[in-house]
Amino acid sequence: MDWLGQGVDRAGKIAWIVALAILVVAPFVGVYPIFVAQALCFAIFAMSFNLLLGYTGLLSFGHAAFFGGAAYITAWLLQEKHLTPELAILAGVGAAAATGLVFGMIAIRRQGIYFAMVTLALAYMLSFFFLQASFTGGENGLQGIERGRLLGLIPLEGDLALYFFVLAVFVGVFLLVLRIVHSPYGQVLKAIRENEPRAISLGYEVDRYKLLAFVLSAALAGLGGSLKVLVLHLATLQDVRWEQSGEVILMTLLGGLGTFAGPVVGAFTVVGLQNYLSDRAGAWTTVIIGVIFVLCVVAFRKGFVGELLAWQKRKARKA
Amino acid sequence: MTEVFGVPIQALFGQLMLGLVNGSFYAMLSLGLAVIFGLLGVVNFAHGAMYMLGAYVAWLGLDGIDVHGMHIQFNFWVALLVGPLVVGLVGVVVEKLLLKRLYKLDPLYGLLLTFGLALIVQGVFLQYYGSSGQSYDTPEALSGATNLGFMILPNYRGFVVAASLVICFGTWFLIERTRLGSLLRAGTENPALVQAFGVNVPLMVTLTYAGGAALAGLAGVLAAPVIQVTPLMGSNLIIVVFAVVVIGGMGSIIGSIVTGLVLGLVEGLTRVFYPEASNVVVFFIMAIVLMIRPAGLFGREK
Repeated sequence: MDWLGQGVDRAGKIAWIVALAILVVAPFVGVYPIFVAQALCFAIFAMSFNLLLGYTGLLSFGHAAFFGGAAYITAWLLQEKHLTPELAILAGVGAAAATGLVFGMIAIRRQGIYFAMVTLALAYMLSFFFLQASFTGGENGLQGIERGRLLGLIPLEGDLALYFFVLAVFVGVFLLVLRIVHSPYGQVLKAIRENEPRAISLGYEVDRYKLLAFVLSAALAGLGGSLKVLVLHLATLQDVRWEQSGEVILMTLLGGLGTFAGPVVGAFTVVGLQNYLSDRAGAWTTVIIGVIFVLCVVAFRKGFVGELLAWQKRKARKA
Repeated sequence: MTEVFGVPIQALFGQLMLGLVNGSFYAMLSLGLAVIFGLLGVVNFAHGAMYMLGAYVAWLGLDGIDVHGMHIQFNFWVALLVGPLVVGLVGVVVEKLLLKRLYKLDPLYGLLLTFGLALIVQGVFLQYYGSSGQSYDTPEALSGATNLGFMILPNYRGFVVAASLVICFGTWFLIERTRLGSLLRAGTENPALVQAFGVNVPLMVTLTYAGGAALAGLAGVLAAPVIQVTPLMGSNLIIVVFAVVVIGGMGSIIGSIVTGLVLGLVEGLTRVFYPEASNVVVFFIMAIVLMIRPAGLFGREK
């Protein structure tokens, strides 16, 4: 069962291929492609967040700034400048990475709980900017964004074409994160998470490793946000607000912090839950999400995947 | 009319006064955060929700509520007692039921738990009272204004600043100069040893959290007449207060009081000279302080 946590052994590879096959077939057996595409965007977002908290031990409480900021940039470029989607997305990711660099340089000067508060404050400042700026449509955000043609050739307006585009990007991000986590660089990140003073004493320039992780994570979060604009045709203030930053934390925690499959499982759970609740519970959705948050922190800290791994380990020890 | 840097002196002092009022709230809230963090190691994200709760207790009291057929109605002065009491009780429940389970873990879990609580409280109030603001009449005895010669001071604002100063320094005195306070500080350093001396540390922790929450509730009651009472009033404020806490550092009580007041004044000044930046100036200062003095102005970290 280690593949859920690490994702590289043989069982893991087989499992990922099966999961991918299910995702490829899903739209043809009656699953609404836009829902899965939306969940995949949030899965990218949650994976970027897990890279930072799960593998580096940095809790960013402002990740919505990168997600929502990139969404605004992409939406604006598509709507006003009529750029092709891949360029608009690249610009969004670039903007997110640049913002990540600035925020990161400020935030990594503090650790732990202070790091969380600093990122929260900086993200709040940015959301204020997006509320005031002239190009973002204020409280309404940017709506009715056309998806355009990929590379100027392939129209994405059809839901199936879009779905497979999002799925392809998702697979790319998945492999990239897998590569990062298992690279020597990823090992240093884990060393920092486990024992920062020791990593410093071994001669690693901890701050540079952290900053790079922060920028990478911000860029990937931006990619998730930019893709989401194509999927849902809109970028709103909701994407940059602190509630969104909290939501991505919930996804990661619920799925399993620091496990490989966790953020994806968590993203599908939370997005599914929200879609299910929004018709039935209306404004109570936030309250229910809050309750799940509290329960998760008090009694379910390992998350789905983490609990599964722990259960597996207990069983192996008994045998 | 006299002018300072091209700004009428009346307007300047008016904005400074407003800044001082905001600063009073920053000071009270960051003080509560610092006290809770000191003993529990929890950054209380729900602090904003508790501030909001205090304001709603006052507002509901003025309107009158029916509980089990009894009609309860109370004015501002009673609310100053009832507000903190209600919020403090909520704090007791939260600590006993939830926070207690997290003390052995990474402090990040405390932040996440209280974040979830903030979502719940805010969501419930949004559901019942909507997002539009409710106004709360200034109490009779404090309405009107006093002409100080160089400016006209609305009485209630003066009262808020004075009350917050009394509360803040009262808290400081309690913690730094009394026996109870010295036990609290000892509990921060070494809870096991304090327990060994026969002090009921878990009770002390519960009361500390309740006390911090009550401070937030009291700030909420005081804020009700000067701002619109909305379910979102706390969540917007708490992020600014977090920035204040980062600037001041949570190590010192006096530090958080002074930082809160000064940043309120700075915000007021910014509103006079460059209004566009007044909402973000605190965050700029935070970024600069982090660059120059990462531990915060009064911080003792590392």
